[in-house]
Formats: sequence, structure tokens, C-alpha cells
Amino acid sequence: MKTICMYFQIHQPFRLKRYRFFDIGNDHYYYNDYTNESLLRKMADTSYLPASKALKQAIVENKGKFKIALSISGTTLDQFELYAPEVLESFQDLAKTGCVEFLGETDSHSLVSLANKEEFAKQVKIHREKIKKYFNEEPTVFRNTELIYSDQIGNDVLEMGFEAMLTEGAKHILGWKSPDFLYCSAANPRLKLLLRNFKLSDDIAFKFSNKNWSEYPLTAEKYKYWLDQLDPKEENVNLFFDFEAMGGRQHASTGILNFIKHLPQVILHDNRYSFSTPSEIIKNQQPIAPVSMEYPISWADEERDITAWLGNDMQSEAFNKLYSLRELVNQCVDQKIQIDWKYLQNSDHFYYMSTKFFTGGSNPLHSNPFGSPYEAFINYMNILSDFSIRIQDAVNLKKYNDVDELRKILHEKDQLIAKYQGELSKSQLKKAKAVTKPKVEKKTNNKPDTKNSKEEVLSII
Amino acid sequence: MKVLMFGWEFPPHISGGLGTACYGLTKGLSKIPNLDVTFVVPKAFGDEENDAVHLVGANDISVLKRNFTIEGFMRELNLIQVGVKLIPYLDPEEYKKQMFIKQQEVTHAYETENIGKLEFSGKYGANLFQEISNYALVASVLGAELDFDIIHAHDWLTYPAGIAAKLVSGKPLVIHVHATDFDRSGGNVNPQVFQIEKQGMQLADKIITVSNLTRRIVIEKYEIDPNKVITVYNAVEPVVIKENLTTDKPFNEKIVTFLGRITMQKGPEYFVEVANKVLKRMDNVRFVMAGSGDMMNKMIARAAKLKIMDKFHFTGFLNGDDVFRMFYMSDVYVMPSISEPFGISPLEAMQSNVPVIISNQSGVAEILNHAIKVDFWDVNAMADAIYGILNYPALHTMFTKHGKIEVEGLKWETSALKVKEVYDMVYN
Repeated sequence: MKTICMYFQIHQPFRLKRYRFFDIGNDHYYYNDYTNESLLRKMADTSYLPASKALKQAIVENKGKFKIALSISGTTLDQFELYAPEVLESFQDLAKTGCVEFLGETDSHSLVSLANKEEFAKQVKIHREKIKKYFNEEPTVFRNTELIYSDQIGNDVLEMGFEAMLTEGAKHILGWKSPDFLYCSAANPRLKLLLRNFKLSDDIAFKFSNKNWSEYPLTAEKYKYWLDQLDPKEENVNLFFDFEAMGGRQHASTGILNFIKHLPQVILHDNRYSFSTPSEIIKNQQPIAPVSMEYPISWADEERDITAWLGNDMQSEAFNKLYSLRELVNQCVDQKIQIDWKYLQNSDHFYYMSTKFFTGGSNPLHSNPFGSPYEAFINYMNILSDFSIRIQDAVNLKKYNDVDELRKILHEKDQLIAKYQGELSKSQLKKAKAVTKPKVEKKTNNKPDTKNSKEEVLSII
Repeated sequence: MKVLMFGWEFPPHISGGLGTACYGLTKGLSKIPNLDVTFVVPKAFGDEENDAVHLVGANDISVLKRNFTIEGFMRELNLIQVGVKLIPYLDPEEYKKQMFIKQQEVTHAYETENIGKLEFSGKYGANLFQEISNYALVASVLGAELDFDIIHAHDWLTYPAGIAAKLVSGKPLVIHVHATDFDRSGGNVNPQVFQIEKQGMQLADKIITVSNLTRRIVIEKYEIDPNKVITVYNAVEPVVIKENLTTDKPFNEKIVTFLGRITMQKGPEYFVEVANKVLKRMDNVRFVMAGSGDMMNKMIARAAKLKIMDKFHFTGFLNGDDVFRMFYMSDVYVMPSISEPFGISPLEAMQSNVPVIISNQSGVAEILNHAIKVDFWDVNAMADAIYGILNYPALHTMFTKHGKIEVEGLKWETSALKVKEVYDMVYN
């Protein structure tokens, strides 16, 4: 008995507009609305809508035996709301079948898991709330940006209350081991790991329409035959890829949607197979062995490491500069700053600065909107310069606001003292009773106090 | 295989990119076994070596032959010097002026015998085209007397010589296009020059262009069959930076450098505008325009009008070590050329660890990864790139780390092998 776990990632970044250094301090809007909208609309029409329809059909036809997992980044959900609300509805529709599990991730598809634990937890929480709001589900399985995983990240995720994580079945980590089992983290065995079968995943996601591929054309029957060839002892096959592969990268005319619709039927026809969501797998299976990953891995490139995002000096500088702003950002209440802070963390911005493609390692998925990684870097740093100026201003403003607040309190106290003094002199006039004396002391005690705080405040200013 | 090459200047006297390219290429070719190059150069202004052998004379034109040993060359080079008054980057208008200046210089520098020779040669001075045809005349004599398999001619002034040699010997002709009149003139081509260029391209068996940019010009503007035109990129000689050049900067400010002939082709006016834009936003930076040319006075006037002359400097023409000293002081090198067939100087800047910004309208942009590329007219993009390099330290690190390695990978040996492939195509 083998179970197939299909999971699709949906992510769209807020791409940045051309931002020159003249704009620093003058222009506080950073996004290329036209590109963002047109790309999302294009994806909605070619992939999100038709593919979710196909998936729903497959679920209905197979009477709920076909199951999938989805993870939609927060920035993508924001873009759906802005540009294509019907896509959101179609996914909600899909969720209602009860055969779709939503996974947790960072709200802005960021690299924060490599930067700061608190911020990481904060972004995951925001995303969790969004999934709850839109799909009424509470994610229990976590999928980090680009399947980035390390023992440390695993620990952090476990602390946030997740039971399992998805990551890459990287060959250099697994060695002779097969990704087709449930594993657990060596650092903390309570965290289960589902590993991607990259060969079978990429056959659909990347090679499907490649006419030079020796296996072209790929049919559901052929794919089922490959599954039959796997070791019978293997328990689950994890097929993880981008949702856009269905209709986007592999255009609908290649027949990908029919393939996806047809595949569950062919597989379920054989009762040795079933489909499961990640949380069902961790419920029904026992981990076969622990896996240790000291250094972060991802699903990118041949190396399966994080050098596509943090591989050169520009990327590190931008990354460090960005996260050095964290504490100041946390002091800001301005909603706009919080949103920009989120969107500026999109991992895509760092991907555009990668110089790896100079030496041949290119990922056809992310086309660089900038002419070169250098331009991408300059553009990002210009924006970051403006952003940090804004935060500084906001923090300073807040300080001033605090001072105003203190002034107000002082003023009130002064008035109060004046009032009491007035009462005091009145009562002294009436009858010079000793009872009032302590009162007087109390009031006069108040005064130097306020004076002191006044001086303090002035020194702050 | 024996190659008769009509080229330009030879060490020690090199004045520009064309001489550098001819020298580098010949050096690269000298490392290919069974390939002999006889190098013919015009030699207008004396200073011939004493051991030179008088070889051919035609129409009273002096021709000198000598065997030349240069460091780095695998074997001796046959060098033939022809006494005609040609120097690179000439156009007919400029020629008269140059001749006047040069003759004066020479009169001061050389002995009676030489002056006599020059005066004798001077009777041709009035007409550039006469000199070119004299060169061709000598070429036809050489073509008849020497033993060679292939003729290789560099740039338009030598095309007629190449053609003449081909007509006399019947050997295949390869012409090497380092620039066209479209690059030099910005579109207003001189019809006579265009005619010579086009004729050379039509009669050549193969055409080598220094970039795809130039290849397109050759195909589109000169209507040449694309199959005949092959791109072979230039390369750069490795340099050893001398210790004494690495003096410290006299001030703390950043330096942004333009280095080249101050002519329309090089886009100096864009550099001035960019300087103005950057200076409005940051203070601790200075701009240097190194070189000379017919637009220099105009540039000075413009910079003065923009009131940036306190931060904008003109050095005049820089030579030899001064070029590298300038690079050493620079934080950014900008080449805003409007039409640059190749452009070796950014590579030299990168060798000196200077980040470069080059225009998309340059051939070198086709092969460089670790450089910022902008359109020459896009002063905003250029200003932004300068600001970025000066303000975000990671960029400087990136360029010094990767730029030098990238440039070191561009070897003349590789270019020479590609040229050899072209020879093989036409040989037999």
C-alpha cells in the first residue's frame, strides 16, 4: 500500500518598481502595480482558475479519495484580494470539498527563518490567521519558503506548534535513503519530515512538455507504471511542485490539466494506492529514521542549498541591512510601514540579485524583472534607504508624541496643584486646622516631582 | 600558413584601442603553430629603427623591413614599415589639421636627413586618399613579391591595401572591422569613407567584426551577406600594476572617471549631465574627464554652466602609466559611448579593480557579466548606478571579486584561435 501526497505551492511576490536614488526621501511607494496586476491576472486565467477547476473535478469524480495540500503565501492572498478575488473564491470552493489541506508558512514568503526567530514566529502567526480567515482551517503542517529547512528551523517550527514540515529530498543529505518514507528531525524527533521525491515531481513540473525528453509524451498510465516500479516497501510518494506548473509553466495546450485530472483516476483504480494529505500521513505512519540537516537546504538548483538567495555579497548585504531594521520597525505603529516591511522581505527580491545564472544555473521559473543582478541590488538598496529613513522619522515622531503626552500630564498636574492650593488657602482662611496639614505636604511633595520630570522631559528633547 | 597583415602601430608607440588590439591579436597568433604573420604598418613620422632593412620602394615611398623580437611573442615577427602618413582614427577633415601639427613636431625632433625625407613625403600630405592609395600601391608590390596564403587588413584605411594585394596575388582577403564610419560619425557618414569601407567588405572573402553590434551594422548598413561576417571579440593583455602607481588618493572623496577621446562617439555630454545629477544628491564625490578631443571645450563650457566645475575635472590626454594611476584612484569607471564597436578600456579598468558602468551600445557589453549596463541616453539609470556603487559597499566587493577574474578570462589566445578558424574557412 502506497500513498501519494500531492502538494502545490502558490506564491506571487509584490515586484518592486524602478526606484532611482533621486526618489529616496521623495517617493514612498515601491511596487510595480502594472506588472504585479498583469502577471497575477495572467496566472489567474491560465493556471489558478482552470487548474483549481480541474483539481475540484478530480476530487468530485473520485468521491473524495483524491486529496491535495496547498500552501498559498500571504502576499499572494493579498494580491488575490486586490486583483483576482474570483481566484480566492475558487480556492475556497476547493477547500469546501474537505480534501484540501492548507499548510502554514511565512506570510511574505520570506527568508526570515534564517534571520530571526521572533520575527519568524510573528510572520507564521499572521499567515495562520489569514488561512483561518479565508479557508477556516488551522494549519498543522509547515512548509517553509522554497522548502528551506535545517535542524534549527525545525526546532523553531516545532515550538510554534506544528507537527511536521515539508522539505526537499536532497540527495546529498539522504545518500542511499529513499525520500519515500516518513522521517523525523534528528534534532527533535517529535517533528516529522516529508521529503520531496524530486525526480517524480520534476517529471511533471518541468519535463512534461519537453519534446526532447526521451519519455515524451508523459501519460497518466506511464506515470502509474513508474510508481509501480518503486520499491514495494516504500510508503509514500511526495510530489511537491509549483501550482503554476499546471497551466502556467506547462501551458494548458500541452495537456497538463487533463493529465492532472486523469492521473488520480488511473492511480486509484489500483487499490494498492491511495492519496493522503500531509497530516494524514503523519497520523497513519511511523517515521522510519531521523534526518539531520546542519546547514539549510532548499529545493533550488542542483546544489539544493540557499545560495540562490544568499550566495553573494550583495545578497548578504541587502539581507543584513533589511533585518537590522527589525527593532526599529517594531516600534512603529504605522500600518503602511508594517506592510512595506512585510513585502520587502519577499525572498524573490534576493533571488533577483543572484549571480548564479552567469555560470549556467538558471531557474526558468523566476524571470528577473531587472536587467542584471546588479541593477536589482541597487534598486532594492535604494528602496531600503528610503524605508529606513521613514522608519527613523516615524520612531522620532513617536518620541515627540511621547513628549507631548508627558507635557499634557504635567499640565494636568499643574492644574490640579493650583486647584488644591486654592482649596488649601481657602480652608486655611476658614479654619487653621491641623488635619489639612498632611494634605498640604502631599501636594507640595507633588510639585518638585513634576518639576523633576519636566526637566527630564526637556533633557530628552 | 602565412598571413600578410596590414595593421597599425606597433610597440612602443601605441596611441589607442586599435593599436592595442592589433598588437594583442598578433601576439596571440604568434602562439599558434605553423602560422607566420608578416606585419605591414604605415610609418608616417620617422623614428625608424637603425637596423631596419630597406626592402621595397615604389614611387619613392620608403619601405623598411626588419625582424622584430618582442617579449611574449613565440617567434620573431616580420615587420614591414611603409612610409605613408596614416594614423588611426583619421577622417579627411581631421587629416589636414593633424598633418600640420605632426610636421611641426617632427621638424623639431629629427635630423636633417629625416626632415628631408619627410618633406619629400609631405607632398602627398594634402590628400588623405592619396596616402591611402600610396599605401595600396606598396601593398600591390608586396603582394607580388612576398610569399603568403592569406591577407588580413585592419580597418578602413588599410582595406585598399588589402584589396590591392588580393588583386595582385589572388589570395583570399580577410578584413577586420574594428569600427565603421557609422560609429565614428554618429550616422553622418562621409560618402568617400563609406565607399572604401563598402568596397573592402564586398571584396573580402570573410569579414571579422569585433562585436555583434558591429556585425549588425556591417550587415544592415553595408548590405553584406550575413554568412560572410563573423564576430571575434577582442581581449585584453594581462597587466602587472606597478608599485609606484599605487599612491594614495590625495583626498577622501570618491572619484568617478570618464577616460577616452572626448568626441561625440564616446558620449561625454552624458557624463557631464550624470555628474550634475549625482552631485545634487551627494557631496563627497568628484568627477574626472580624462582625455582630449574636439568636444572638450564644449564639455568645459557645459560643466561651467551647470556650476559643477569645483567637483568636475579635466585632465587632458593621459598616457601610459598615467592611465593606470587614474584607474587606481577611481571608484567607478563610466563609458557612456553612443556607438562603441568594442571598447577595451572598461576591461583595463576592471583589471585595476575598478567597477565599470558601460553603455548597452558597446560591443564589450555583449561579453561582460560583472558590469552595470545602461543605455547611453539614460542619464537617470547611469546616475543611479554610480550612486549605488559609491554608497552600497557590497557592490564594490562584488566587482573587485568577480570583475578581475572575468577579465582575466578574456585572452588574446582565444581570440587568435577564432581568427585562425576564419583563416581556415578561406584557405583553399
